[in-house]
Amino acid sequence: MNTQSSILDVEDLVKHYSVGGGFFGYGRQQLKAVDRISFHIGERETLGLVGESGCGKSTVGKAVLRLVEPTAGRVALQGEEITGLDAASLLQRRKRMQVIFQDPYSSLNPRMTAGDIVQEPLINFGIGNRAEQQERVAALFARVGLRPDQRVNYPHEFSGGQRQRLGIARALALGPSLIIGDEPVSALDVSVQAQVINLMMELQQEFGLSYLFIAHDLGVVEHISHRVAVMYLGKIVEIAPREALFKAPRHPYTEALLAAVPVAHPRARRPRVVLKGDVPSPISPPPGCRFHTRCPIAVPRCRQEEPQMVIDAAGHGVACHLRVTPA
Amino acid sequence: MEGEAVLLVEGLRTEFSTGDGPPAVAVQDLSFHVNRGETLCIVGESGCGKSLTALSVLRLLPRPYGRIGAGRVLLDGRNLVDLPEPEIRAIRGRAVSMIFQEPMTSLNPVLNIGRQIAETVMVHEGLPWPACMDRALEMLRLVRIPEPERRLHEYPHQLSGGMRQRVMIAMALACRPRVLLADEPTTALDVTIQAQILDLIRDLQRETGTAVVLITHDLGVVAEMADRVLVMYAGSKVEEGTAEEIFDAPSHPYTRGLMGAMPHLGGGHGTRLNEIPGVVPALTARPSGCAFAPRCSLATDKCRSEAPGLNNIGGSHLIACWEVNGGLPT
Amino acid sequence: MSSTQSLGTATEVVKAATRRPSRIGRMIRRPLPAMGAVLLLILISVSIGAPWITAQDPFDMNVVDRLQPPNETYFFGTDAFGRDIFTRTLYGGRVSLIIGVSVAVTSTVIGLIIGIIAGYFRMADAILMRIMDGLMAIPGILLAIGLMSLTRASIWVVIIAITIPEVPRVVRLVRSVVLTVREQVYIQAAGAIGTRFPRLMLKHILPNTFAPLIVQATYIAASAVLIESYLSFLGVGTPPEIPSWGNIIAEGRLYVQIAFWNILFPSIFLALMVLSINILGDGLRDMLDPRLARRI
Repeated sequence: MNTQSSILDVEDLVKHYSVGGGFFGYGRQQLKAVDRISFHIGERETLGLVGESGCGKSTVGKAVLRLVEPTAGRVALQGEEITGLDAASLLQRRKRMQVIFQDPYSSLNPRMTAGDIVQEPLINFGIGNRAEQQERVAALFARVGLRPDQRVNYPHEFSGGQRQRLGIARALALGPSLIIGDEPVSALDVSVQAQVINLMMELQQEFGLSYLFIAHDLGVVEHISHRVAVMYLGKIVEIAPREALFKAPRHPYTEALLAAVPVAHPRARRPRVVLKGDVPSPISPPPGCRFHTRCPIAVPRCRQEEPQMVIDAAGHGVACHLRVTPA
Repeated sequence: MEGEAVLLVEGLRTEFSTGDGPPAVAVQDLSFHVNRGETLCIVGESGCGKSLTALSVLRLLPRPYGRIGAGRVLLDGRNLVDLPEPEIRAIRGRAVSMIFQEPMTSLNPVLNIGRQIAETVMVHEGLPWPACMDRALEMLRLVRIPEPERRLHEYPHQLSGGMRQRVMIAMALACRPRVLLADEPTTALDVTIQAQILDLIRDLQRETGTAVVLITHDLGVVAEMADRVLVMYAGSKVEEGTAEEIFDAPSHPYTRGLMGAMPHLGGGHGTRLNEIPGVVPALTARPSGCAFAPRCSLATDKCRSEAPGLNNIGGSHLIACWEVNGGLPT
Repeated sequence: MSSTQSLGTATEVVKAATRRPSRIGRMIRRPLPAMGAVLLLILISVSIGAPWITAQDPFDMNVVDRLQPPNETYFFGTDAFGRDIFTRTLYGGRVSLIIGVSVAVTSTVIGLIIGIIAGYFRMADAILMRIMDGLMAIPGILLAIGLMSLTRASIWVVIIAITIPEVPRVVRLVRSVVLTVREQVYIQAAGAIGTRFPRLMLKHILPNTFAPLIVQATYIAASAVLIESYLSFLGVGTPPEIPSWGNIIAEGRLYVQIAFWNILFPSIFLALMVLSINILGDGLRDMLDPRLARRI
């Protein structure tokens, strides 16, 4: 793992939640939302993080930012570890890592004007005086494709796509190196989605941003990512450069995911092996390899022993007993 | 074309009253048909009126605002628009069924699954309760729910999203309808579950011969499922044809825009996606002339002043555009 | 967009399209809350303006004129001591107003502070809410009687006695708003951009409490006015020399068969004031809550 130019290094990240339980917490269970995740993101690089509901990808995003506190593991931003920092030091580091949320409706305070929303990060860190802040806000608006005169409008006066642009402007305000997109285009219409994706890619070029792009739509992920990681029930099952993952997937779950994506043309319809069953509950995940209950090639070893992630020289990593990377 | 049409919609116009002003027209002069055993996909983005079309067919528009202003909805020749309330109720769930996007809110959370399915049968066919529960079990088997005997007594919250959607399909098909209206049935589901549900719908259609109207915004789902496609924008039909006609030669600028905007597997990485500038016009602010003109790169003055009619550009391929004709986009 | 969303959008758009008058305009159009507001204004004005409306002194005893029925000199008649009921009723309104407003404001402020602490800090939540539950279990009137018997009778004691049982309800309201708002994504977003606790509270969380608090405050005011009258009627409220509606009714109780006007007029005023405050509260709730629900 090349950590020299890494913007983000995540090592054995764990996040468990305590759920259920009755009187005085008796009978509480552990929900292992994220169970030892490791990855890194380089400069100007987009790592796509895909998986289905319950796989923990959103939790990864929040834990990396320490919006929820990781149960264990290390996160390093530009070489500096942030997991152990106290609140005040963490606050300063926040300038360098920002987030764009999925829901353009609930991620903006409905009672603040658009201009105030984008100005708030500048106010929090005391960047510039009022006039300078206003100027920067106007510039940000223009950069994301909004009119500066819309600063006085309230969020409900904007369309979904425009609100997402506001969220992007807010994330850019502090000049971060890393932006975590938590399903940033999932709630948008197709044509609007295209606008936002194009915008994000332009901004990456212009400002040298790195993205952790969390999504469930494989088409979008393929388009925007340089590398992709696939998650299942709290674990990364495969991680690889984009082309390698989509052209030559190794993990059976990745194959199933790709097979399940609808075709692009009616003539491309083919009989396919559809993954059976539902995703097990993250409260009591299956023993051994978590995927073995639905895996078409599972063998007894898969039920007993959890596979380790093995990454080859080309940066293609798989966690599977049977599809181990050739040495 | 009319030969085997189970459902024929002619000139449908759905509007919402706005108090003192003229009514807001959500669906404008829409005509289409579905044949027996065929899947018609209605595709468009939010606000295009596709969901309201389905609701209009079953007369489920919200009262008092919504109403069908004009047009006919013919089910095997009978016009559903004029039917008195008791008769249209007999149609809903029996001759024409509908499934929705959010199975959790479409299922009653305090009744168990078996009861909800059996209730449909009892209301429409008047069978004694045990026979209804038997049918419910049969339907659960049909939609391939594992351990159906156990599921009969479970409640919606105990089932996953995919299973709930199967239950909805079971309820919808319990009385062997002629037409199934599916309003974005897989949008809220994970992609592997979506694949299961789409395969299920396709198999069931083959077994029962039900006509399916599948409403979606996902062109991938259309490519997987459609025999014929209808593209809607701002309440009107802009393009129609067989699935192959539409995907081989998308002609209307909006359809081409949509196809270009969707990133699909194997598409070029890092290239700019085709953007459609602007936003969908609001219900009450529809432009005169062609509704797409403000966002169209080919728009002329004629487009802005006069709404185009439907032209046939080959086979069964229709588009509504002044600038694109004869299958040759300019 | 699914059918449920589609329906929602269509209805929303239609509602937006119908030309909606401003908030005040809407309020004027709906008769009931407007009437309530007007009535309340009248009651407030006559109470405050009592010295200018009537030349009489509420404490002035003319024993010669005792227990007279309403006539030109004494509009509402006189009581057992020959005091003018009309004047006493008008002055009594002041007491009710002071009590109503003071209790509403005090309980709202205290409840707001406690509610925010309980809603935001999990540790404090359990302890505070159990204390509030305890307070709610005590019947307000008995608490008031208890407090009154411990101390000398005065308006301040009345205010405190009525405020204490009202606080838990406000706390619950504020706490539930804070708990809901805390989970909103924009609060997480604020954390991500470095918003610290004071600003988070003032700018993001607090504004969501205003609307429900205002509505709640009006109901508390109405309730306070009534409770004060109960307490005064029982003799444990406002000191007897200060005219309050409860006191007047209490004193007139003995003569109800021969001089019913003693209790009739104060009762009417009491009922009108509570009614008008409640109607106003309903109107405010209708005006503020749907907007609240739509925005969040």
